[in-house]
Amino acid sequence: MSAPEAIIVEDIRPLIAFVAPLVGVFGIAWAGEKRKNLRETFTFLVAIIQASAVLSMIPILMSGKIIEFHIWQVFTHVPLLLRVDGFGLLFACVASVLWIATTLYAIGYMRGLHEHAQTRFYSFFAISLSATMGVAFSSNLLTIYFFYEMLSVSTFPLVTHMQDKEARTGGRTYLGYLLFTSLCLLLPALSWCYVWLDEGNVAMDFLADTGKVGAFGQSTQIILLCLFTFGFAKAGIMPLHSWLPGAMVAPTPVSALLHAVAVVKVGVFCVIRVYADIFGLEVLQNMDGEDWMIAIACATILISSLIALSQDNLKRRLAFSTIGQLGYVVLGATLATEQGVGGSVLHVAMHACGKITLFFCAGAIFVASGKKYVSELRGLGRKMPITMGAFMIGSLSVIGLPPLGGFISKWYLALGALDRDAVWVVVVLLLSSLLNVFYLLPVAVTAFFRTEEKENDTGFKEAPLGNME
Amino acid sequence: MFEDGTIFNELFIERLNYIIYVILLLIGLHGMIAKNNLIKKLIGMSIFQTAIILFYVSVGVKEGATIPIYLPEHDPHGSHVTNLEENSSSEESHGPVALDADLVKGYANPLPHVLMLTAIVVGVATLGLALALCQKIYQGYGTIEEDELLTKIERQEMRSNPSVAIKSMDSSKMTTVKLEKSVSKPKVSSSPSTQRPNAKLKAEAKTDSSTTKVKTSRVKSVSSKTKPMASKSTTTGSRASKSTTTGSRKSSAKPNTAASQSRTKAKPKPKAKPKASAQKTTASKLKSRTPKK
Amino acid sequence: MMENAIAWILIFPLFGSVACAILRMGKRKICYPVAVLSMVGALWGGIETLMQVVASEEYTVSYIFGGWTLDSYPRGVGIEFHADILSILITLVVLGVGLIVALYSKLPVMEETPGKESIFYTLFLLQVTGLAGICLTGDAFNLYVLIEVAALTGYGLIAMGSKRAAAATFNYVILGTIGASLYLLGVGYIYIKTGTLNMVGIHDVIEANNLADSATMQVAFILVVVGILIKMAFFPFHAWLPNAYCNAPTVTSSLLAPLVTKVMIYVMIRMLLSVFGVDFSFELTLWTDFMPWLVVVAIVCAAVMALAQREIKRMLAYLIVAEVGYMVGGVWIYNYYGMIGSIFHVISDACMTLCLFLGAGLILRKAKTTHFDGLRGLFSKMPLTMTGFFIGGFSIIGLPPTCGFFSKWYLITGGMVSQRWEYLVVLMFSTMVMVVLFFRLIERIHLAVSESGENLGHGHGDLGLTEEQTRFDEGPLSMLIPLILAASVVLIVGIYNQDVVNLIKIFLAEFNLPKGVDY
Repeated sequence: MSAPEAIIVEDIRPLIAFVAPLVGVFGIAWAGEKRKNLRETFTFLVAIIQASAVLSMIPILMSGKIIEFHIWQVFTHVPLLLRVDGFGLLFACVASVLWIATTLYAIGYMRGLHEHAQTRFYSFFAISLSATMGVAFSSNLLTIYFFYEMLSVSTFPLVTHMQDKEARTGGRTYLGYLLFTSLCLLLPALSWCYVWLDEGNVAMDFLADTGKVGAFGQSTQIILLCLFTFGFAKAGIMPLHSWLPGAMVAPTPVSALLHAVAVVKVGVFCVIRVYADIFGLEVLQNMDGEDWMIAIACATILISSLIALSQDNLKRRLAFSTIGQLGYVVLGATLATEQGVGGSVLHVAMHACGKITLFFCAGAIFVASGKKYVSELRGLGRKMPITMGAFMIGSLSVIGLPPLGGFISKWYLALGALDRDAVWVVVVLLLSSLLNVFYLLPVAVTAFFRTEEKENDTGFKEAPLGNME
Repeated sequence: MFEDGTIFNELFIERLNYIIYVILLLIGLHGMIAKNNLIKKLIGMSIFQTAIILFYVSVGVKEGATIPIYLPEHDPHGSHVTNLEENSSSEESHGPVALDADLVKGYANPLPHVLMLTAIVVGVATLGLALALCQKIYQGYGTIEEDELLTKIERQEMRSNPSVAIKSMDSSKMTTVKLEKSVSKPKVSSSPSTQRPNAKLKAEAKTDSSTTKVKTSRVKSVSSKTKPMASKSTTTGSRASKSTTTGSRKSSAKPNTAASQSRTKAKPKPKAKPKASAQKTTASKLKSRTPKK
Repeated sequence: MMENAIAWILIFPLFGSVACAILRMGKRKICYPVAVLSMVGALWGGIETLMQVVASEEYTVSYIFGGWTLDSYPRGVGIEFHADILSILITLVVLGVGLIVALYSKLPVMEETPGKESIFYTLFLLQVTGLAGICLTGDAFNLYVLIEVAALTGYGLIAMGSKRAAAATFNYVILGTIGASLYLLGVGYIYIKTGTLNMVGIHDVIEANNLADSATMQVAFILVVVGILIKMAFFPFHAWLPNAYCNAPTVTSSLLAPLVTKVMIYVMIRMLLSVFGVDFSFELTLWTDFMPWLVVVAIVCAAVMALAQREIKRMLAYLIVAEVGYMVGGVWIYNYYGMIGSIFHVISDACMTLCLFLGAGLILRKAKTTHFDGLRGLFSKMPLTMTGFFIGGFSIIGLPPTCGFFSKWYLITGGMVSQRWEYLVVLMFSTMVMVVLFFRLIERIHLAVSESGENLGHGHGDLGLTEEQTRFDEGPLSMLIPLILAASVVLIVGIYNQDVVNLIKIFLAEFNLPKGVDY
C-alpha cells in the first residue's frame, strides 16, 4: 500500500506485538484454573501491551516511515520479516483494540456460563491473536503463510471448546477446509512463485516484487490467481465457505473476535495483499479471466445473503452475513482499482466493528436468556434495551446507512466498480444492501416491536456489565 | 557345433558359470518365497547366497594362474627384508607395496575370494540367527509351517485384541443361535441337566476373575448358548407335543399322511440325543475344569 | 586424536558394545551409562568430523584404514572412509537419534527385556556402529558388510520383542537377505567392469572409460537399486516393516524406525550421485520415466493402509512407508530442488519419526495400549507427552515451523520444476491423509472421542472420563526428557533449516542436476 521510496526503520515493536501474547500464554497457563483473577489479569495485561505497541507505531507511520523487523532467514532469498505499513497497521489496530474489548466480554461470558477449561481457552485465544498480528505485519508471502497456518491450528481448540459431537463436526469441517486449502492450493502456489520467477531469487516481498507475476503467461496467471484466492479459504469465498457456519459452535467471544474479526479478516487481508502487492493492480487489470473472480465475489455476496435470510439461529445468520460482507472485501480487491481496494481496506475495519457488536449482542442475549434463535427474541428489546439498541446500531452499520461506517466503504466500492465500467457490480451492491436490510433488521424489529408470547418465563435482566461493549 | 564363435559357444560354454549361478539364484529365490516350511525357506536362502559366492569366485578364476602369495624372487631369506626396508624408506609408507603389472600376471585375483570370505561369514551369521528365530517360533507356536503359523498368529491376535474378540464373540453367538434354531426339538428331559451346569458356569464366571478375558468370554458364550436352550426347550417341547397331538388327529382323518407324520415324529429323537450328549460333554468338560481352579 | 575423529565415530560404539558384552557377567546396570557415554563420544566425533569437512577445501575428509594408499589407478584397494557433507550429515542424524534413544532406553529396556540388558545394549551399539558405518564408508563392498551388520543386529533387536516378533523378524530376515544379496551381486558386476570397489574409483573408471553404455553396468545398476529399494521398504517390498516395528520392544522401534529406512535412502542417493553419476543414473536409463509413477502408487497405497490402522505404532509404520515414497520420489524426479528435499527429508523424517515413536512408547507405558481405543482423554493425563507427540505429528503433516514443512516445501518445489504433476498431486493427497490421521488422533486424545464416534460425556466439557483418567500422570522423566529433546530438535531443525540446506547445496554443487525450468 505504501510508496516504495518510504524510509525503512528497524524497530522491535512489531515483534513485541507478536511475541507478547506468546509469552503471556505461560503466565496464563501458570496461573491456571485456581487463580482466575490472576489469569485474567495476565490476559488483560498482554492485550494492553499488544494494543499499546501497535498504537504507538501510528505516529512513526504517519511520518512516512515503514517499520521492519527481521526475525529469521527462511530460505535463501526469503526472510521471515515483519514490516508495518498502513494497511497492516490498520488491521492490527482493529484486531488488538477489539481484543481488549473481547477479553472484557469473554470474562463475563465465560464466568456467566461457568465454562470448563477456561485456561485453555485464554491460552489459545492469546496464541491466535499473536498469529493475527503476525499476519498483519508480514512482509512477504511466506511469512504470511507461516502465521496463517499458526492461526488455523491454534483456533482449533477454541472451535472444539464444547467438546461435544456438534463441536467435533464443526472442528472437522473447520480444519478440513482450512488445512486442505492452505496445504493443497496455497503451498503449490507459493512454491510456484518462488521457483518460476527468476530461479528462486524472488522473495515474494510485498514491497519489492509487486507485479513480477506479470512475467507469466495469461493462463498461468489465472491459475495462480485462483490458487491464491481459494487457497486463503479463511476469506470465505463461496465454494469454500462452509467452515464458517460450522465454526459457530465455538463460544461467542471466539465467534465474535475470531470469526468476525481475526480469522476471516486474516483471510481477506491475505487476499488483498496478494491482489494488490503480489499481482499488482496493473497486472490484474490486464488479466483476461479476472472478470470471473469479480463474478464469483458477487455470487458469494448474493447467495450468502439469501442463505442468511433463511437462518433462524442468530449466530448462523450472522455467520452467513459475515460471508457476504467478506464477499464485499474480496470484490473490492478483484475490481483492481485504487478506489475499490481502498474501499475493501476500509470495509475490513468497518465491518469488524459492526459485526463484533452484533456478535457481542448475540452472546449477551444467550448469557442472559439462553436464547439462540431469532424467532425466540420477541419482546426482548424491552428487557434488554441497551443490548438490542447496540444490535440495532451494529445492524445499520453493516447495512451501510449513511452516517455509519459501513456506508463509506460501500461508497468506495461502488466508485471502484464504476471506475472499471462495471455497472452490474453496483447493481449487485445495491441489491445485497437490500438483502442485508431484510436479514438483519427483522432481528431488532422482532425484539422491539413484537410482544413476547409467554411473559412468565424467567425474570432475566440485562447481561452482566462485562458483556456490554 | 562347438567351434569358436558360435552363439551356443558364446552363451553356454564361455559363460557357463553365469548360467549356473543364475539357475541357482532362481532356485534359491523360489525356495525363499514359495516354500511353506520355514526351514526350507532357509535352505533356499543358503542356495541363494551360495549362488552369489559362486559368481564371485568364478569371476576371480584365471586359467593357469597360481595362488596369489607374493614371494620376492622366491627367496624368503634375506632379500625380502632388505626389499621391504628400501621400499619403506623411499615411499615413506609402511603399507603394502604395489607390484609391477608383469609380476602380477601369474597370480589369480585374490580380491573376490577374500570378499567372499566375508560374505560367507555374513551368510553363516544370518543363517544361524534365522535358525534361532525358527526355534523361537516353534517354541511359541508349535509349528514352522507358514500357513499354520499365520492362522495361529491371527487367532492369538483376536484373543489379545479386545474389540476384535468382542466382535468374534458376537458372531459366535449368532452362529450358536442359528444352530439352536435349526435344531428345533430338543428333549424336555435335558433341561434340568443343562440348567445345573449353567448355574455352575455362572458361579465359575464370578469366581475365577484370574482367568484371562478369553476364557471368561468363552464361558459367557457357552452360558448364553445354554440359557436360551433351556427356556426354548420347554416351549418347543410343548409345541412339539401339540403338533404331535394335532398330527395324530389329522392322521386319523387322512391316513396317507401318516407316514410323513411318523417321519416328523421320528426326527426329533435322533437329533436331540447327540445334542444332549454334546451338552453333557461340555458340562463334564466344565466340571473337569472347575476343580482345577 | 582430532584428525582421527572420523574413526572415533565408529570406535566409541564398537568398543562400547564390546564392553556391554563383557559386562554381561554381573553388573548389568552399568550398560546404560556405557551406552550413553559411547553415544556421546561418537556424537563428539561426528561433530568434530563435520567441522573438519566444512573446513577442508573440497569438503571431504578421507580416512584410509591400515595405511593403504589410494594413489594407484583405479583408486586403491584399501578400505576408505570417505566423509563428505552428505554422509556426515546423515551420520550426525544417526548418532543424534542414537543418543536420544539411548537416553530414553533406561526404563523400557529394564522392564521389557529383563535380564537381557547387556545383550540389548551390545546389539544397540553395534546397530549404531553399522548405520554410522554405512554413511561413512567409501567402499562398495564394505558398505554391504555394514548393511549386514546393521541388519543382523536389527533382527536381534526386533526379535527381543513380543512373542509375535520372532515370526515378523523371520520375514524381515528373508526380505533383508534378498535385498542385501542383490546389492552384493550388483557390486560384483561393478567390480568385473571397473576393477575397483572404491566408490570414487568406480565413478572415475565409469567416467574415463565411458562405461555407461555397457550392458554389464546396466545390470549392475538395476541390481543395486532394486536391492536397496527392497532394503528400504519401498512400497511393494514393505511387507516386513509394519509387523517388525509393531512387535519390537519400544526402544528398538524408536531406534530402527527413524534410521534404517532413511540410511538406505542415503545409500541410494550415494549410489546414484557419487557412484554411478548423474548422467548414468538419470539420463541414460528409463528409470526417471517410470519411477515417479511407482512412487505415486507407493504413497497412495501406504497412505490408504495407514488410514485403515487402529493402532498407533502400526499406523506410524505405514506412515514410514509413505515417507519412503516421498524421498524416493524426490530423488527420481531428477531435479536439484527435489534432491535437496529428499536429503533434507531424510534428516527431518528421522527427527519426527523419532519424536512420534518415543511418544508412542510413553503412551504404551501409561495407557498400556497403543490401540486407538485406549487413548481417550489422554491429553489431560499426560499433556507434555502429547505435546511432544503432536509436534512430531505436525511435522509429518508439514506445518511450519517444524522441519517437515521445509522438506515438503523443497519436494513440492522439485515436483514443480521438473513438472512431475503426478508426484505433486500425490504429495498433496498424502498430506491430507496425514491431516486426517493426526487430527483423528487429536479428537481421541483431546476431545476424548471413543471408537464409535461419540464421547461419553454429557456435553459442555464433560468428557465422561473418570477421575483417574484425568489425573495428571506423566511418564518418568528419563523417558519424558528425550521426547522433549526430540520435539525441540524437530523445531530447531525447522528453524535452522537454512544452515542445513546450505550444507546440502554445497554437496550438490558438484553434481549437474537440472535447476530451473525453461519457462
